[in-house]
Amino acid sequence: MDSIDLSRWQFGITTVYHFIFVPITIGLSALVAGLQTAWVRTGKDAYLRATKFWGKLFLINFAIGVVTGIVQEFQFGMNWSNYSRFVGDIFGAPLAMEGLLAFFLESTFLGLWIFGWERLPKRLHLATIWIASIGTMLSAYFILAANSWMQHPVGWRMGDGRAELASIWAVLTNSTTLVTFPHTLTACFMAGGALLLAVSAWHLRKGNQEEVFRPSLRLGAWVVLIAGLGVLITGDLQARIMTQQQPMKMAAAEALYNTTDSASFSLFTIGSLNGREEVWSVRIPSLLSVLATGDPDGEVEGINNLQAEYQRKYGPGDYRPAIPVTYWSFRLMIGFGALAMLVALAALWSNRGERRARGRWLWIAATTTVAMPLLANSFGWIFTEMGRQPWTVFGLFKTAGSGSPAVSTGEAATGLIVLTVLYGVLAVIEVGLFLKYARAGAPEIPADTGEPGDRPLAFAY
Amino acid sequence: MELTTFWFLLIGVLWAGYFLLEGFDFGVGILLPVVGVDDRSRRLAINTIGPVWDGNEVWLLVAGGATFAAFPEWYATLFSGFFLPLLLILVALIVRGLAFEYRGKRDGVVWRRRWDTSIFVCSLVPAILWGVAFGNILRGVELDAQHEYVGGFFNLLNPYALLGGLTTLVLFTLHGAVFLALKTDGPMREHAGRLAARLALLAVPVAAAFLIWTAITHRDGWGIALSAVAAATLVAAIPLTRARREGWAFTATGATLLIAVAALFVTLFPDVMPSTVDPAYSLTVHNASSTPYTLKVMSWVAVCFTPIVLLYQGWTYWVFRKRLKLSDIPA
Ligand code: HDD
Ligand code: HEM
Ligand code: HEM
Repeated sequence: MDSIDLSRWQFGITTVYHFIFVPITIGLSALVAGLQTAWVRTGKDAYLRATKFWGKLFLINFAIGVVTGIVQEFQFGMNWSNYSRFVGDIFGAPLAMEGLLAFFLESTFLGLWIFGWERLPKRLHLATIWIASIGTMLSAYFILAANSWMQHPVGWRMGDGRAELASIWAVLTNSTTLVTFPHTLTACFMAGGALLLAVSAWHLRKGNQEEVFRPSLRLGAWVVLIAGLGVLITGDLQARIMTQQQPMKMAAAEALYNTTDSASFSLFTIGSLNGREEVWSVRIPSLLSVLATGDPDGEVEGINNLQAEYQRKYGPGDYRPAIPVTYWSFRLMIGFGALAMLVALAALWSNRGERRARGRWLWIAATTTVAMPLLANSFGWIFTEMGRQPWTVFGLFKTAGSGSPAVSTGEAATGLIVLTVLYGVLAVIEVGLFLKYARAGAPEIPADTGEPGDRPLAFAY
Repeated sequence: MELTTFWFLLIGVLWAGYFLLEGFDFGVGILLPVVGVDDRSRRLAINTIGPVWDGNEVWLLVAGGATFAAFPEWYATLFSGFFLPLLLILVALIVRGLAFEYRGKRDGVVWRRRWDTSIFVCSLVPAILWGVAFGNILRGVELDAQHEYVGGFFNLLNPYALLGGLTTLVLFTLHGAVFLALKTDGPMREHAGRLAARLALLAVPVAAAFLIWTAITHRDGWGIALSAVAAATLVAAIPLTRARREGWAFTATGATLLIAVAALFVTLFPDVMPSTVDPAYSLTVHNASSTPYTLKVMSWVAVCFTPIVLLYQGWTYWVFRKRLKLSDIPA
């Protein structure tokens, strides 16, 4: 392995890891803010207990999201210096905006929320969690604008050996960003909803704290369903835009080798590992054409045709991404999302009104939903990023030339090993803490004693 | 003023803000084993920075992002060239952030002791390494014609840069001690006050040595003038810490850090990373910068949003202005 391969592994591992915590942060911060709003408006203890309970889990998750983000910010310079030199004029702008407009907001207002329970007036305190939550979404917007520019460069011109910004407006309103942002955001809400659903189901199965966990279960399940619908709609839009902008990615998503009219979509294929020969598959007629073009008879370009076209356009080379990876990650993304929605639907149905689900399988299934949107999210990114290969900036700049000449193979290997081992250890610690607090259930609310200033600090470290 | 100069100054301001704010966080972390005689007092110390450390760290992230946007060549050369030290800093910042959040979430003695050790080590390491990094930037590093660093890891550990590391270490520790004295009441305030008075005596010679060495090698008029002011505020901190005028002492150590960073940036200008191979290979505000259009866009963003950030961060400090005492911490 050379230092580029090592850096790719490092980027993939650290970013996918970061994005396990990010969706929970984005989804759960808004849900906690919603629960706290319910408490402020109704004054019901159950809502306050729910706020504190989910808030605690949120904070355990948020901590890892923050610290793994620090690596992301510097990784471009450390491992991808040629890339940074080439795109910095454009790509740095949304990144810097993210810091100034979003990270300050999240971190400062979350500090106020954690430590402000006893010090801020109720409504102001409520505002802090909402502002932090908006901060997380702003952060998503800017980073996705940066990423979308790599998928579909707009608003640029070629300068002296580098890409230069021609219009910031074009970059921030890139059509790719406009569909990627709602898709990712709704996918994040699925993750937040599934967490509520899963942990609540675990407690309800044991009959714990019905007054807290029944409303939470319903809320979680509804969020999974509604956000899931949003994911479907935006995903469909995204597929169409992607077909225009990166046709090779669409072809790779279906392992479609030759240009076809009215192309079918395979749910499942058994074939040779490189996907070239099909042994057996389950297919839905015309679905790929619908996804790609919106028309059941639409033409979808094939990998071989595109490969020939790209060679004419960009010179000799292999322009095909890793087909088995794109094929399966696309299906797993959709599959895990659909599964989460099915379970949410079942959980809602069997707990409608005053009813309570009986069979233990439903409860067990509901408890596993926590993983489904997270897996779908990871596979979505793996598909998006690996489907873009061999480019870092589609059509402009190749991964092979993106690395850091100053970083030796030994250094790159050190980075990869150190971060992977560290992240592994942190995962064990995080999951341990998460389970501890998830099992503990919602805290009782102590009776009010004394003046606010005299009470011991809530949520103190 | 040229936009490249403006952005050079702005990045200087971001680093100055970072040193001012995370400087005392690091200091509190380094002093934790000294002032934290039992679990409750360690919690007290950590809670003085609890609501603010994350916001303070964002100054670093924004400094990084702003460098990427305004001087991409600088960002690329600096972070790929200083790969291993930066990796070490990142690991330290990761573990340190989690230590604050997680140490109180379990009761075990071993659990807490491990996180306390982490807080100490992971505050100490970046406090030194940032000084080493800036020492190297000022001294100049081995950049080739493509602006790539070719010097290797051990060249970064030269005496001048190491003295820079020692300087940031003592300054941050002093700043942290003054902050603890300012933010607590009772025995910890006394203890931190005494420590600050002693640390101030140590900080003056170390910082003076670094500033004098810099003055001799660079002979930059403005840089020397600013260094002299920084030294004066640091000397002023000695009687202020002794007299237990905590607010003023904190102002003095804060001013020292701000002005010292200003002196470094002024000395560096117009280089951002001088090359010791051939001055023609140096990265400067001109050959490292983004296009005027990008700089203009980012200037508007910075001018509109930085004041807002300052306002709400300032407000946070106001909300949590009350001194903490042991009795605030649940037993
Ligand atoms: C769709 C959303 C999204 C995506 C694609 C990324 N992040 Fe992220 N990031 C967030 C959404 C987010 C967040 C929700 O805002 C986080 C997660 C947990 C948190 O504290 O904030 C965060 C934290 C976070 C932090 C710490 C902020 C702090 O201290 O408050 C940094 C520096 C980054 N991220 C940087 C990056 C970079 C450079 C990425 C690109 C590779 C990246 N993130 C991908
Ligand atoms: C958080 C969600 C993301 C995930 C899970 C993700 C995942 C990945 C993966 C798996 C790779 C490796 C692909 C390969 O080498 O074949 C990769 C590469 C890369 N991605 Fe992403 N990515 C995410 C977001 C981003 C964003 C937001 C950006 C830019 C702002 C970005 C920029 C890059 C770069 C520069 C590379 C390295 C070059 C390369 O190997 O293609 N990624 N990412
Ligand atoms: C019918 C369902 C879905 C469709 C048609 C769909 C479509 C797509 C497409 C076409 C992309 C690639 C965009 C590009 O590379 O330009 C994508 C990416 C992605 N998907 Fe989905 N998706 C679906 C379901 C899901 C689900 C259930 C989740 C997670 C809960 C999810 C999360 C993601 C993420 C995180 C990305 C990467 C970021 C992005 O490019 O938006 N998707 N999806």
